[in-house]
Amino acid sequence: MSEGWTLSVNGEERTFVGDGMTRLLDVLRESLGLVGTKEGCGEGECGSCSVLLDGDVVCSCLVPVFQVEGRDVRTIEDATAVPGLAALQDTMVTEGGVQCGACTPGIVLTAAVLLERSERPDRAAIREALAGNLCRCTGYERIFRAVEKLVDQRPRGAL
Amino acid sequence: MGAPDAVAVAGCTDLMVVDTATGRRHGAVVDLQRLPELAGVRDDGGWIDIGAAVSFSQLRREALVAEHAPILVQAAATIGGWQIQNRATIGGNIANASPVGDSLPVLLALGAELVLASSSGERRVSYADFHRGYRETVLEPGGLIVRVRVPHALPDQFQGFKKVGTREAQAISKVVVALSARRVEVGGQEHLADVRLGAGAVAAMPIRLRRTEALLEGAPVGADTATRAAREARAEVNPIDDARSTARYRAHVLGRVVRRLVGDISA
Repeated sequence: MSEGWTLSVNGEERTFVGDGMTRLLDVLRESLGLVGTKEGCGEGECGSCSVLLDGDVVCSCLVPVFQVEGRDVRTIEDATAVPGLAALQDTMVTEGGVQCGACTPGIVLTAAVLLERSERPDRAAIREALAGNLCRCTGYERIFRAVEKLVDQRPRGAL
Repeated sequence: MGAPDAVAVAGCTDLMVVDTATGRRHGAVVDLQRLPELAGVRDDGGWIDIGAAVSFSQLRREALVAEHAPILVQAAATIGGWQIQNRATIGGNIANASPVGDSLPVLLALGAELVLASSSGERRVSYADFHRGYRETVLEPGGLIVRVRVPHALPDQFQGFKKVGTREAQAISKVVVALSARRVEVGGQEHLADVRLGAGAVAAMPIRLRRTEALLEGAPVGADTATRAAREARAEVNPIDDARSTARYRAHVLGRVVRRLVGDISA
């Protein structure tokens, strides 16, 4: 059942021709060449394939492309996907939050959404936000510290 | 839903896992996500009325749910990470009918009812009558869950929820329990009334622990009652060994969780 599906990816209108049940992950990586989005478990447990769908983080391995028709998809290739994304990427590098890198795109997108929605997330809030992103190098501590560093750099509001 | 091989989908967080693992293909796929009849949370005369396609992220943000069903918010926050909560829906959790669905014991404890629709019309069923066996429900072929209704909380109502998994976050439950009970004062001592105790991962489907509920009904609030309830809960279930846990562990932990939840009533 091949049909054409139109979706907005990183602000550009793209068309995919194929089965509507094709995973968004496969459309991104194989048809559109956007290989920044990684496949880990393929069953929604690890968060490596995280992308933004209308601004919310989702596992692209669990999204059939037909449900994305007419919606906004942002991937790690889009430095403007979330405000502050580039700063977070830099801090992940300088704080040693990147090891093998397979989980990094998903973690950066998810943490960027947290930093956008929450002014001063504490350790518990950061852990909760990243609960759906597994790092098999187990480098969580430095990932949390990278996020905390950006929180610390934020100006404190007048009390 | 006239096509016999049609499948209705919402967040697809269960369906896609099976599709990928098995290479299963579908005929017609019907998307329920944008149907207004299945959307939104509203107040409806003593009930909160939740659209079946409401995601767990939405549930976590809804003031009405926080006010009347705090344990539903708690359960929603334990279902996968953000990625899953943004897509998975309460109706999907119910329709998938897994014995370990985390919102299901909560809906049993809260005394929820479902609005079901099919080509022959709409009907309401008590959620306690919905599951019939392992992944078997009273939903007819082609039928849909439209709304999930939860009664308003009462001022003297206690609600408790506890899930035990391999890790704190993003784990499939080994045991999941939800409790609702009213605290009624009789002769200077608080007693329990209208007790509903839901449990998951201890049977082929989400169940009410009816014997434990009967023991708790009218019992005084306190550590003694909590201990007796724990013993009864362990005795009344017959869980299985599987990849996630063992029958012995499940029965043991169920007792501990029931004791803690009942004990929390006096806290």
